[in-house]
Amino acid sequence: MSAAPATPTAPAAPREALPRRALVIAAAPLAAVLLALLAGAVFIAAIGENPFAVYALMLGESLGTGYGLGQTLFKATPLIFTGLAVALGFRAGLFNIGAEGQLYLGGFAAALVGATCAGWPAALLLPACVLAAALAGGAWGAIPGALKARFGAHEVINTIMLNFVAFALVSFLGRPLFQPASVRTAEIGAGAVLPRLSEFLPALRGAPANLSLLLALGVAALVFVLVFRTRFGYALRAVGLNAPAAAFGGISIGRTQAVTMALSGALAGLGGINFVLGYKHFFELGFSAGAGFLGIAVALIGRNHPVGVVIAALFFGALSHGGLVINQRVPRELIDVLQGLVILFAISAQVVVERVARRMR
Amino acid sequence: MELLLFVAPMLRISVPYALAALGATFSERGGVINIALEGIMLNGALAYVLGAWWSGDPWVGVVASMGAGVATAALHALVTVTFRADQITSGLGINLLAAGLTKFVLTQVFDSSSNSERVEGLPAWHLPFVADWPGLGPVLGTPLVLIAFALVFAGQWLLFRSVFGLRLRAMGERPEAGATLGLSVAGYRFSGVLISGVLAGLAGAWLASEQHSFTDGMTGGRGYIALAAMIVGKWSPFGAAAACLLFGAAEALQIQLQGSGFPNELLQMLPYLVTMLALAGLIGRATPPRAVGTPYDPEEH
Repeated sequence: MSAAPATPTAPAAPREALPRRALVIAAAPLAAVLLALLAGAVFIAAIGENPFAVYALMLGESLGTGYGLGQTLFKATPLIFTGLAVALGFRAGLFNIGAEGQLYLGGFAAALVGATCAGWPAALLLPACVLAAALAGGAWGAIPGALKARFGAHEVINTIMLNFVAFALVSFLGRPLFQPASVRTAEIGAGAVLPRLSEFLPALRGAPANLSLLLALGVAALVFVLVFRTRFGYALRAVGLNAPAAAFGGISIGRTQAVTMALSGALAGLGGINFVLGYKHFFELGFSAGAGFLGIAVALIGRNHPVGVVIAALFFGALSHGGLVINQRVPRELIDVLQGLVILFAISAQVVVERVARRMR
Repeated sequence: MELLLFVAPMLRISVPYALAALGATFSERGGVINIALEGIMLNGALAYVLGAWWSGDPWVGVVASMGAGVATAALHALVTVTFRADQITSGLGINLLAAGLTKFVLTQVFDSSSNSERVEGLPAWHLPFVADWPGLGPVLGTPLVLIAFALVFAGQWLLFRSVFGLRLRAMGERPEAGATLGLSVAGYRFSGVLISGVLAGLAGAWLASEQHSFTDGMTGGRGYIALAAMIVGKWSPFGAAAACLLFGAAEALQIQLQGSGFPNELLQMLPYLVTMLALAGLIGRATPPRAVGTPYDPEEH
């Protein structure tokens, strides 16, 4: 039995034993994940494999070993950043579909600073690289924010267009910088390298999980404070919940949305450091590999809450690494299918749960 | 002559935009935002390749692409109309699903996650008189160009001159008014979305037919650009088609400038930048259908 106080109007039903609010919040994401895994099982069975064996393999390899856990944490790190980015936008009623391009630019900027100022001491170089990532992503997020505030241009289309522009822009800017016969930049200076977690936790040996993860968790805490404990966070949520009422209360909708998009972009941009500063130590074309788009699913499953986002990022991180492990038996593209299904199930289940919760009140 | 050499590729390039934008117009006039166009096109393109590859007849591919388009759109309608979930998020989910599903199917059928084998494209018609026109002849003999042209006019008539169009538009403006007339809001909204599925599926067929194959992510954001064209065209088939010609011109210009010494990477940005510019400036503020994006819940009325 839980210690949660029963609401006075709640009818005496057995399910009331569970804290009702937690149930209502977690029901849709859990249902969505289960339904998506179920649908995935159908796909696995359709190509003649045993779904239970495949899922057991995924689970064992992504959480059951130190190396697998380290890979899961590594894959989850950028997803925390992009999930927070998308969630922050959602809270203000904005869709940031541009996290992919923002993360891409963030990684590029970090690599650029890390390589050109390679001689700087770590105390200077590391913050400079992290700041560069945030600024590059933030600038890229500010563009659709400003276009929305100034012209009312819909941020969904603009952020998607800017993804394509970012890919092309980095190809253009990077060409003279790339190492001969490659699509990667020079190595960053030693001072910019974020150490691997395995240096402190030997059990994770071989896995590229690095200190970016701690930074991600710290940033998640900061986002929590920003959204729920500051004046700006109040404005942000008010605009998201009811923009006309917020404006009536003296909040500038345009300014709030523009700043939110810039912050959202900065969060996504920070996601780039996981690969660049923590793993390869250079920028490589195409490194983002969908982490920005996956942020949408992470935010939805995490119910746009920093704690939820971290949990959801770990889940999708495990799924990403699990997808690589099973690739021998089931094409890892299955994971992309699951990702889309999770989104569709999550939003459908959410509406159903809310309707049921309303009726039970 | 120079100009004709530009007009022909512009028309060809505009076809998928026009088809998808026309579809988006029907969906949004009925009250459902359709960001899923990108995924519908992608599925349509793969279905064309599969149909043409298995049967050897490109027209089977065209029918398959429409079928895949309708099926994908039905999923969008199910989530947004039946479950009344958020329309933009549903569209994004469908696009991610389509991106994964097409790659998954590619690995199963063609043993590659990036491209299919080569298939037949749609054969050109040899029309009397027109075929001999310099520059434009081959374009005007291309079946889907003519079909797209006809569909734009048919769409304009259907939306603004027919009873169905009037009722569909009512569902996008004031669904409760339609419901008090005894009309099914869900039924009309479903129809609008399914029409967009047929058209965006056809758009995918055209892309795959032009390229004679399917490649991973081959729609390259065209579904989103088509949506922008619909906004620039102020939710009317004629307006959307005109905007698509603008975007087609930008892309034709990009292709024409390739190899002129101008950096290729910067040229690749052109269609996307033109889209953003058009959305921000050329049109002033566009007014969408009043109830677009809002699920209709009969319990609230």
